[in-house]
Amino acid sequence: MVTRGFVGRRPPPETGARLPPGQYQTDDFPILQIGPNPTVDRATWRFTLREGSRPIKAWSWAEFEALPRTAWQGDIHCVTKWSKFDTTWEGVSFDDLLADAGIAAPTPFLLAESYDDYTTNVPVADLIGGRALVATRYAGQPIHPDHGGPARLFVPHLYFWKSAKWVKGLRFTRVDTAGFWELRGYHMYGDPWREQRYTGD
Amino acid sequence: MTEPVVFRWHPAEITAITPATPLVTSVRLRCTLAEDYRAGQHVDVRLTAADGYQAQRSYSIASAPDGSGTVELLIEALPDGEVSGWFTQVAAAGDTVELRGPIGGSFSWDGPDGGPLLLAGGGSGVVPLLAMLRRRAQDWRAIPAALIYATRTRAEAIALPELERLAAEDPGFALHLAVTRDPGGKRLDAALVADALGRTGPPGKVFLCGSNRFVAAASDLIVAAGVAPGLIRTERFGA
Repeated sequence: MVTRGFVGRRPPPETGARLPPGQYQTDDFPILQIGPNPTVDRATWRFTLREGSRPIKAWSWAEFEALPRTAWQGDIHCVTKWSKFDTTWEGVSFDDLLADAGIAAPTPFLLAESYDDYTTNVPVADLIGGRALVATRYAGQPIHPDHGGPARLFVPHLYFWKSAKWVKGLRFTRVDTAGFWELRGYHMYGDPWREQRYTGD
Repeated sequence: MTEPVVFRWHPAEITAITPATPLVTSVRLRCTLAEDYRAGQHVDVRLTAADGYQAQRSYSIASAPDGSGTVELLIEALPDGEVSGWFTQVAAAGDTVELRGPIGGSFSWDGPDGGPLLLAGGGSGVVPLLAMLRRRAQDWRAIPAALIYATRTRAEAIALPELERLAAEDPGFALHLAVTRDPGGKRLDAALVADALGRTGPPGKVFLCGSNRFVAAASDLIVAAGVAPGLIRTERFGA
């Protein structure tokens, strides 16, 4: 349906090719979350892998920082339509977490769980093979609490609500289980290139 | 919420469009969701150029469901705004855009959710809070409410006459303005938060909306005043 008199401001081709449908480029780093930043103290911080309610492995901050590090550079895409190019992140890859826990993923799905009680679901297949981190550094610095520090899940090929801020653990689930936004109409998978913003997209 | 929510695009006709402030335009849209949303929710709006190019943005709904079959959006003209520019410079009554929603259940309020309500908005961040206050004014005036509203100048404040009239006629509602650039203006600070809390008593629901900086500052002050962080819901826009 054509909107009368709307021309639009098309991005230059090199930008357009990097923008998923419906997105625009920003140089800002907007902050979106459901409430205030939770207070997360590195002294008591724990990161726990669980299968259902059963803990598999937990790390303290010092133990987590001692794990192998993986760096990533590229573009991130938020469901609220902004994309940010050439961001740099560093953290522990999901593969390295499993290796340190001495396990293979016990189920095909998981829920990321955060200190502010936020949750979001991601298939395990989207986390393995170097596709995801538990990130602790952004642009070379510890991640600011506004952006999810001390640690956030980081799954850049999905809309950024999947990259849960203030993450405290990953809970493996037998079935794909909707998290906070997915229960409220957001897409279960969230591929920006297929514009999977909401259920039914 | 066990039923999956599906958001589809629907045509929405502009029934009225008027300036609200020097920067903000009020747009009334006739749409199917008009009687079926909660105050505080937003919609996605999509515009399509003749060659098929599309642009989408999210806007908070400013109205409360009011039986008119329309919703009101209050759209701020951003510098070079691709979508806001169309609404403020081109759009006219009778034009049709596409819209879907309502989206965003966590930042929303209705009377049964209870109160007291403590609201703080910066600039156009007041829009979803205005919807909550309009809903309250319809049926829920027994619930105490306070709005802390930070605006650069009175001239730029959205819906100021409506809010001041409501504050004057409704003893259950208090308006606390922080006008940051006018002479004699007031800043958002602990004293302002204390005043607002003094009017509402301990809040049951707190909603904050505005820039990153505003929401962070308001959130810190409200938590410092003794409000449990778990009661606070925030919505921010970039930069």
